[in-house]
Amino acid sequence: MSEKYAIECRGISKRFGGKVLANDKVDLQLQYGEILSLLGENGSGKTTLMNMLSGIYRPDEGEIFVGGKEVFINSPVDAMDLGIGMIHQHFKLVDVFSAMDNIAIGTPGKRVAPAKLRTKIKEICERFGLEVDPDKKVYDMSVSEKQTVEILKVLYRGSDILILDEPTAVLTPQETRKLFAILKKMRDDGKAIIIITHKLNEVMEISDRVTVLRKGKSVATVETASTDELKLTELMVGHSVDLSIRRPETEKKEGVLKISGLCVDGSDGTRALTDVSFEVRGGEILGVAGVAGSGQKELCEAITGLMPFDTGSIVLEGTELKGKSPFEILNLGVSISFVPEDRLGMGLVSSMGITDNMLLRTYYKTPGYFIDRKPAKEMADKLIDKLKILTPGTETPVRLLSGGNVQKVLLGREIEAAPKVLITAYAVRGLDINSSYAIYDLLNEQKEKGVAVLNVGEDLDVLLGLCDRILVLCHGKITGIVDAKTTTKEQLGLMMTGAVKPAEDAANNAAKAGEEAAHV
Amino acid sequence: MSFLIKFIVAAVVAGTPLLFGTIGEIMNERVGHLNLGVEGMMSLGAIAGFMAAYRSDNFAVAIAAAFLAGAAGALIYAIVTVTFMANHTVAGLTLTIFGIGLTNVIGFYYLGMSENGTMKLPEHVTSQMRSISVPGLSDLPVVGELLFSYNPFIYIGIVIAILLAIFYNRTQAGLNVRAIGENPAAADAAGVHILAWKYVNIIIGGGICGIGGAFTIMITNGGVWISDCVGGLGWIAVALVIFAAWKPVNAIWGSFVFGAMRILKYYVNKEVIHIPDAFYDMLPFLVTAIILVIVSARQVRDKAQPAACGTNYFREDR
Amino acid sequence: MSEKNTTHKEPFLRVSKRKELTPRQSFGLKMISLLLALIAGGIFLAVLGYNPFVIYGTIITGAFRSTLAVQGTVKIMIPLFISALGVTLAYKMQFWNIGAEGQIIMGAIFASYFGLFHDNWPRPLLLLVMFIAAMIGGGLWAILPAIFKNKWNTNETLFTLMLNYIALHIIAFLRDGPWRDPANPGFAKIATFTENATLPKLFGVHIGWVIALILFVLVYIYLKYTKHGYEITVIGGSKATANYAGMNVKKIVLRTIFLSGAICGIAGFSNAAGSDLTLATGVAGGVGFTAIIVAWLADLNPVGILIVSFLFAILDKGSSVIQSAYGLSTDCSDVLEGIILFFVIAGGFFVRYKFVMRKKKSPEATSEAPDMKGGEAA
Repeated sequence: MSEKYAIECRGISKRFGGKVLANDKVDLQLQYGEILSLLGENGSGKTTLMNMLSGIYRPDEGEIFVGGKEVFINSPVDAMDLGIGMIHQHFKLVDVFSAMDNIAIGTPGKRVAPAKLRTKIKEICERFGLEVDPDKKVYDMSVSEKQTVEILKVLYRGSDILILDEPTAVLTPQETRKLFAILKKMRDDGKAIIIITHKLNEVMEISDRVTVLRKGKSVATVETASTDELKLTELMVGHSVDLSIRRPETEKKEGVLKISGLCVDGSDGTRALTDVSFEVRGGEILGVAGVAGSGQKELCEAITGLMPFDTGSIVLEGTELKGKSPFEILNLGVSISFVPEDRLGMGLVSSMGITDNMLLRTYYKTPGYFIDRKPAKEMADKLIDKLKILTPGTETPVRLLSGGNVQKVLLGREIEAAPKVLITAYAVRGLDINSSYAIYDLLNEQKEKGVAVLNVGEDLDVLLGLCDRILVLCHGKITGIVDAKTTTKEQLGLMMTGAVKPAEDAANNAAKAGEEAAHV
Repeated sequence: MSFLIKFIVAAVVAGTPLLFGTIGEIMNERVGHLNLGVEGMMSLGAIAGFMAAYRSDNFAVAIAAAFLAGAAGALIYAIVTVTFMANHTVAGLTLTIFGIGLTNVIGFYYLGMSENGTMKLPEHVTSQMRSISVPGLSDLPVVGELLFSYNPFIYIGIVIAILLAIFYNRTQAGLNVRAIGENPAAADAAGVHILAWKYVNIIIGGGICGIGGAFTIMITNGGVWISDCVGGLGWIAVALVIFAAWKPVNAIWGSFVFGAMRILKYYVNKEVIHIPDAFYDMLPFLVTAIILVIVSARQVRDKAQPAACGTNYFREDR
Repeated sequence: MSEKNTTHKEPFLRVSKRKELTPRQSFGLKMISLLLALIAGGIFLAVLGYNPFVIYGTIITGAFRSTLAVQGTVKIMIPLFISALGVTLAYKMQFWNIGAEGQIIMGAIFASYFGLFHDNWPRPLLLLVMFIAAMIGGGLWAILPAIFKNKWNTNETLFTLMLNYIALHIIAFLRDGPWRDPANPGFAKIATFTENATLPKLFGVHIGWVIALILFVLVYIYLKYTKHGYEITVIGGSKATANYAGMNVKKIVLRTIFLSGAICGIAGFSNAAGSDLTLATGVAGGVGFTAIIVAWLADLNPVGILIVSFLFAILDKGSSVIQSAYGLSTDCSDVLEGIILFFVIAGGFFVRYKFVMRKKKSPEATSEAPDMKGGEAA
């Protein structure tokens, strides 16, 4: 063993539910003054490993050394005592507290006087180039502000080993660049940093070394300078993969879904969408990009009738949807299918089996007072067969299925309704590469059938590869609708923050491209 | 004037058991546990306080016993909800049924052994619980009666409430505890010992409820044992927590306001205002129901229930 | 940083998730919990100086020793069973209604109005009207918190709790004033129903038990096979999902809560017209709270509710025998019920979690150096 390692993991194993081996004899070394990327697909065990370093889980087997000494990290306190600070993907902040109070939670010793705390926070901010108002309440903060508070929490305690779990997932490219600058400053300050990600370009940009996890095993550790994205993908997936996403050419059909002047108030009463106008044509995938919380959810829910609105109109094949309840929209005969972001909390009932979940959108259509489970059971069997859904049976509660299988159940049901419009929100979030590509194929299949697909996404690379056009939302307003073939990620990023409207000609290009596509 | 002072003094006395119950419940809800067992814990405190006073002839021992009994009830609740992660509503209801039941069983048991079927604390014990007279201060006009004419319970209650407020607002541990009730995952990630703090707060809260229960039998009932002596005060205390917006200092005046409602029927001139007694008895519940609606309609963030209240936390559920 | 952790050992016991138990295993778990609860209750009895076996034996024989005793047991079971079925509807929707007590009372009040003031009507008609009135009374009392819950998300647990006491004082008001029995000048009470307003008996027990059995079948079918039942399950799973499925959640909540309260109201009617034969302040007498426990113990399953409410009735009836035979308070049944529930809900933990003991480390695991992967790979 070497003294120089900030963290060394040897043969770490962790099992869940007695069966799933989330980590299988994982080895990992982290030095001070370096940024290590932990790369792996969703479900490869990255977060599990990091949760063991931060005291959330305990390993079943293996040893962890910090600064050359074997340690037992039983709780977050132990981790913090060892100087390990974790910046969680799902922020762990108290909404009704100020930034300052959040930073102070759990700090050892007596309560620091507010004035003193403010000064200390400002000092740290200046040193690493962070920006935050110590007195601002978390519920008033944007996503990137919240992340800043999370980082400050760790720095305030003087942690010298930082673990960031998918920190860029919710950031714009510009915010990401800012974060990376801060991380590099910290590295130059001698801190040891692990960044968990599945975005290859970010790995190449930020890290000094990469450790790749696959199916819970640490398959390789390489110098970033000596590798490239293709090699990393092979390591990550285990075989060579064609990373390009298929984008079939199709005939576009005008006038499927037309939205004009739409204004929607969010559930908290604030304006969520302002004067939104666009069209989704049959046979195209229209992507929706934007920083989290820019109105994507409200857009999807307005179209499906879940969120009422006063201003503007949504016209589906000539039928005005304004003022219609979700039930009336379901009953129009022209079907809109919707795969919501919260699969188990909105699209499915987690305690029910596949059969009962199949009934969700159709149960009322059969005549009579009683429910008819027979067709639903047949449909469940059919989907299990067709989409290769792994489940012990049609009656097993869907919450016990893996993420990819859950999404197959949901998307499968929605596609079975033979929709004219298919709306999907974050369709591949949390899925591994194979499942993700299976979902892309299903979406493309629908597109080729002439369905108008509205696909809300977060990974800009995927949106650029999969969609025909991309609509960008910023603070509930459309900052542009661009042609996916001719747009760059940086342009999208700038549009997402509202910094730049798309250049005149870019917009024209997009329109032209759209027309061309329509005439093909 | 003296009538008004009498009314206020009586209201304070009537509100005191509520003050204890409310503070105890605030301590529970602040760590995210909606404990509907207040009535049960108060009952346990009542029987333990009474029996201790009966046997030991000592006020301090009685208070300690009441505290321990309430705390023991709370310990059961804590084991079931914190460690075994059971549903708070059901566990709390069970604690109430269990607590009242156990209290009545024990009371019945000792009544059966008493000579004439009644139990009354001896005079020299009840005298210890009489109002304290502070030389010089209690004799002051108006102020003396309003502020310095009470039995020791009331001062204990007010001191506990103020200490708790200081704890929440001025200390590091208090900040940690509030974080647990709002977002246990955040507190846990920040290194707060969730389980330990939950246990400590629930148990001490239960103990404080227990003292309130002892008050009902030793002061309100004048030291004569009756079954079901708490008589629904625990439920009013649960309601008062909302009225007090989860703040201990508000609980002080809130419980006196509710105390005033409890005794209003004895002070209203029946010849002038003719309302049936039942409506006075209903008043605290009616007012709470109305407040509940108003608070929910206004949706003030800082006056809401701690966000995690009623939910269980398991670290590995992310 | 600090080195104090280097000596930390894994805690002796910790909690870990397990593969979820099957329904059959869960049932076994419940039986073990029940057994442990009876042992704990036995220890409690032994501490008081009683032989637990004798007491338990007496409870069971006490509930069945004679036809009269069996009839008494069934009589205790009727309101408990009916109101447990009622609260189940609300709980299936995750609507934390603890207002069964108040709904029972309001049902009884509504029914009593007709029983007291229209007792000249033909008996079947009067009873039918009382039955319907009880449903409306209980239903309306339950729907009130649901309206506010729909509108402002008002906490239904606390609201229904307050309504219990308000209902109780309404009876007190009626007893002391407008409905006071003039035939009893010295003592405030409500007049006894005439025969027209009382439930007839079948096999020695008022026909509340027939009503209960019919309700049992109806609720079972309603929850399991009807569209309404399906909607209730979906809303219980997630309101957002229900909205998404095109359900009118607010309407369904109101409908279901009305039904839930109406069923509890029937329990009030059966108590007033079958047992008390008047409207007494004790018409609910804590049944509403015990019903919640019954429903919970039974996992909101009507068949389970039938069994559990029967067991609780035995416990209640048997305890009254204990009081007369051994001088042990009849509240003993509350203590035993409490102990049973504590054990069963705590035992529910093991459906999803388990405790893990610290493992001994094997020496070879530490001595072997890990093979260094990476570096040259790729």
